[in-house]
Amino acid sequence: MRAAGRDAGRRARDAGRGTPGAGVRREMRGTGVAAGGSCDALGGSCDALGASRRTDDGGPDRGGGAARYAAGVAASRDDLFQPTAEDITLVAALRDGDEQAFARIVDELNGPLLRLAGLYVQGRAAAEEVVQDTWLGVIRGLDRFEARSSFRTWVFRIATNRARTRGGRERRDIPLSALLDPADDPGGPALDPERFMAPGEQWAGGWAVPPHRWAPDAETHLAARETRALIRDALDQLSPAQRFVMTLRDIDGWGSEEVCAALEITPGNQRVLLHRARSRVRAALERHLAAADRA
Amino acid sequence: MSSDGTVGRGPGASPGRPDPATCAGVVELVTEYLEDALDPDVRARFEAHLDDCEECEVYLEQMRATIVAAGRVDVEHVAPATLDRLVAAYRVAVRARRNPDAHGA
Repeated sequence: MRAAGRDAGRRARDAGRGTPGAGVRREMRGTGVAAGGSCDALGGSCDALGASRRTDDGGPDRGGGAARYAAGVAASRDDLFQPTAEDITLVAALRDGDEQAFARIVDELNGPLLRLAGLYVQGRAAAEEVVQDTWLGVIRGLDRFEARSSFRTWVFRIATNRARTRGGRERRDIPLSALLDPADDPGGPALDPERFMAPGEQWAGGWAVPPHRWAPDAETHLAARETRALIRDALDQLSPAQRFVMTLRDIDGWGSEEVCAALEITPGNQRVLLHRARSRVRAALERHLAAADRA
Repeated sequence: MSSDGTVGRGPGASPGRPDPATCAGVVELVTEYLEDALDPDVRARFEAHLDDCEECEVYLEQMRATIVAAGRVDVEHVAPATLDRLVAAYRVAVRARRNPDAHGA
């Protein structure tokens, strides 16, 4: 099921440039999120709550090798990084000279690798050099990939090594897991505490300023393109670690296990960063859509 | 939520954990809920709260809408020239592996 999801995602990408991102891939994975449906608040009403609360929205991937992670049981660190059957097939194809397979994996990972490089080096040109070096390292190292880890983990490790070397004295000694440690992330509240009744008040912990409704006619103020630009801006305001995780999960459509394996971080740490990122992006949309309502 | 942990940590909260019976707690727990990472009893209390609290139901749906909207942000594709260069390098390496004795790879 996981393999089918990735293949579907690749078909979506191969269908042409500018292919929509994770929303389409999630549909193809059959997770039940309807990108055009009732929860499409930014093109439709958010009041029609149609979908069940248990909609698997970016939740744990239940297919194939990821079945190991069912019920949120923490896998051992080694288990998390095991290659899947799809990895084995992919590496065999790459060793066999399958140029299409190579082009596909480059297209899939190039963006995430650029973002990873950006955690260590400054500027687009430097990041592109790191990623270029990474791919050359992957090409040269294919015979040495021993399948003790997933393929993505291996590629990300190569990239991290290149980025750390390039990143200068300050960054060289910092492993990726430390850069992505929520304890070092400028967290702050997911939502302004003043949105809630303070402890000691009658309805302590309840909403003081409830979420502003995104009324159906908000869409008349907002074309889809504006929404995408707004979200990109909101992402740019996030810390690099938050942006990195949310982009992988919600734009690139990676599952939780894929992100944890590639970045070698715990599901808990990943969730904290994701939570902070999504909370802030929602708040940015709320500000914009509340203002739009008043316009 | 706030790092001092006072908001959303009502009497129903486990030590150090947000209370899903409060709205502030729901806001803190919403990602874990969507990730299916809540303990069953916490999830049950979270959903029970949503049954009675329209504002929190709205918040949850706004979170879902945010995720769906993010999914429409265009994926960056590798530039064709860059991809061509990399495929060329790959092709050279594949040939060199097949013909280790050949000259000039």
